[in-house]
Amino acid sequence: MRRAMMLLVLGVLLLAACAPEPNVSAITPPYIDTGVDPEAWALIPAGVFPFGQHDHPTLIETDYEMMITTVTNEQFARYLNEALAAGVIRVGEVEVEAGEQVWIEEGVAGYYPGEPYDGYKHEEEIRAGDKLYLPLYDPGVRILFDGVQFASIPEYRNHPATMVTWFGANAYCSFYDWRLPLEVEWEKAARGTELVDGRGLPFPWGTHIERNHANFYSSFDLFEKMFGKLGNTTPVGLFNGQSYNGFETLNGASPYGLYDMAGNVWQWTGDDYPKQHYRHMRGGSFYSYEVDLRVWKFNSAGPQYYSPQVGFRCAR
Amino acid sequence: MHFIKDRFNYLFGSTRGLTLTAIAVVSIITAVWGMLSGPMVEWGIRDVVVKLLNLQMVQAEREARIIMLYHTIAMTIVAIEVYIITEILPMKRHQQTMINATITAGYLTAAVFGMAFAYWGQNFIFHGLFLLGQSLVFFAGILLATALWPWKKEYRLAPDSPYAHTKNGLDLERLAFFVMAVATLLSASWGAVTGSYWGNGHETFLAEDLIRNPFKTYLQKAIIGHLHIMLTLIAVAITLIVGRWLDFKGLLHRIAMPLMIVGTIIITFGALSVVWLEWAHTTIYVGSVGVMLAALFFVIYSWDMLIKEGTAGIRRPTFWQKIKALLSDPLRFGPGWQMVFMNFTVSGVGIFMAVKLTEIFRVWPHREERITLTGHWHILASLIATIILFYFADQSGLKGKARKWFGWTVIIMSNIAFASVTVFSMKRLFVGEAEQQNIVNWTMLLTDIGLATVLLVLAIFMAWRLIDLFKARGFWRAEYNQEIKRSAEAEIEEQRKKLKELEETLKEVEE
Repeated sequence: MRRAMMLLVLGVLLLAACAPEPNVSAITPPYIDTGVDPEAWALIPAGVFPFGQHDHPTLIETDYEMMITTVTNEQFARYLNEALAAGVIRVGEVEVEAGEQVWIEEGVAGYYPGEPYDGYKHEEEIRAGDKLYLPLYDPGVRILFDGVQFASIPEYRNHPATMVTWFGANAYCSFYDWRLPLEVEWEKAARGTELVDGRGLPFPWGTHIERNHANFYSSFDLFEKMFGKLGNTTPVGLFNGQSYNGFETLNGASPYGLYDMAGNVWQWTGDDYPKQHYRHMRGGSFYSYEVDLRVWKFNSAGPQYYSPQVGFRCAR
Repeated sequence: MHFIKDRFNYLFGSTRGLTLTAIAVVSIITAVWGMLSGPMVEWGIRDVVVKLLNLQMVQAEREARIIMLYHTIAMTIVAIEVYIITEILPMKRHQQTMINATITAGYLTAAVFGMAFAYWGQNFIFHGLFLLGQSLVFFAGILLATALWPWKKEYRLAPDSPYAHTKNGLDLERLAFFVMAVATLLSASWGAVTGSYWGNGHETFLAEDLIRNPFKTYLQKAIIGHLHIMLTLIAVAITLIVGRWLDFKGLLHRIAMPLMIVGTIIITFGALSVVWLEWAHTTIYVGSVGVMLAALFFVIYSWDMLIKEGTAGIRRPTFWQKIKALLSDPLRFGPGWQMVFMNFTVSGVGIFMAVKLTEIFRVWPHREERITLTGHWHILASLIATIILFYFADQSGLKGKARKWFGWTVIIMSNIAFASVTVFSMKRLFVGEAEQQNIVNWTMLLTDIGLATVLLVLAIFMAWRLIDLFKARGFWRAEYNQEIKRSAEAEIEEQRKKLKELEETLKEVEE
């Protein structure tokens, strides 16, 4: 009897795990207007700030601006239409090269001039040629192409543009004469210059993290209820202190007023590190534990990488 | 008063008691600090524990806290292995007492003050005491190496001994223990010297965070070498211990011991030479082959022994009778099985990663590679812990159904958990990010169930040992008396030898 009970309990637990999880790409979330303007920029003044986990005083010599939110699907779709009209991108098959792997993908591509290659151990070789910007037929893609025009899935129009490779993010910023922020610029914009007990801020808003500060793994945001524990992107600037259908957010803005500098999506940065060429991402994502939301943490991948949890913003 | 004195003497004055105390220390640390991560965070338990214990969780100090935690657990595990070694290998009684006393003072000081420094404010007096504790553990290691010195006359084996030995009787198993101890001391020095630069040009880091950085400093490389070799040597030690426990001998023992000795030397050199040698990894692979072959021979021997034992009364046992015999005692089957299982979840994964690094793993984002790295060494550490538990449960006299339930639960549930962690860490091989929810939920649930059950079984076992301590004629008393008897006999034997030597000296002088 006892054995049967134990087996029953184990069975129930396993069945609970078998319960069909929502298919993320099949659900459309409600559109939520956060009131935050994705076209806005924030000024980050020149000066010294504590850089990295060990707070090295680091000087940035000039003022610069960064987008206050990550680029949205609507903005990226608009860019794709303009770039297609200008003839700087194409739609079709593109050869993707990563490590020793080469494969063909259907997507948006554009030219990239390549990078110096030193033949260093494990170095990624980035050759000149057409590079993938955005795959078109991955379940994670939120931008549709009808053969003529690109458009965001309406409900996702103010969500971060994801599934964009570093090449695509770089091309977006360059198209408008902007650039991807360097890691050091990104971090200063995220944490500012304030010191608390002799240390720089670990999160854009302060020293501690609550579940409704940002969109991260198991943060129980209103989209997690819909998409399961792994969650999904949330509209840019959602965590601004407002309440949405009973879901109260705390203001997660950085000292310079940038939103989503922790959580929601990892963000590509612009540095090209010699002898490796991996591109660093900052900020953590909806799939990250809170430790990866600390401002100095980074993720990295080859510039051909795309993911439902990676987006970007530009600097100028 | 006698009640407390007797128990204290058992827990801190006998090898079994010391081992039990150390297992209790690891269990408590695991139970409390295990509540700070994984599902405990999701369920809000972490926040309650942090408030309840007034833990100071400064975000920038997380990596340093984890390093202190790893060291605390590692010191305690090393102490457990040392207790067992001093019990199972012949050495002088005073050496055993000295080693055990020193390492006990060391690991407890390191654990208490290390954790206090890490989690209750950075009081540098605590940090100093943490270093003092580690130094005592190191000193105990020197005493152990001295006690293990295999070239002493009294430790030579007879020419017809079934255990590996040289022509002049040098006990190769003892030599393997000695080499392991010396290699551990060298590797600990490696970490200590590097650690001394902490705050003086060297910053705290977790190795998995640096994996893709092509420019690592010598200090960073030294730490990476140190942490890998220390875990490897802990694994070598437990392999030798279980070999001794299950009376590994005969032809396979004679082949295994030289392989273990040479493998340990090469692998230690390889791991430490990461600092300056480009081809250090090749050396590590060569050393690993030796160590792993030795472990394989132990597995073959121990399983063959179990089969022979279980089918002793049967003239021509069938395949199923042999399997039944093999599986009849999970505690003695477990060590070998966990070593085999390790190949699928640790060595196999490691080799696969090395072979397919640029083709697969470097195509994934760093975070995925990091999960695989941390996953596979956590599994190795936990497998070692389960083998220690098999040994200690057996020595605790666990019998009948309790023995079977304990053994099989630990084997099955730990294997489910570690297999799930491996699938989770390798999920990108077969599922894309947009479609991974099911596999993530499944593997995480199975991991949590597996680990929780193993910890529950451990808790029950420890509760049993705790309750036993309250009994006047409990198991602890029998263990204690047995040890006193063994010690007394050993002491008498030593004194007899000494007396004989003195008499001979007197004779020489008189002549």
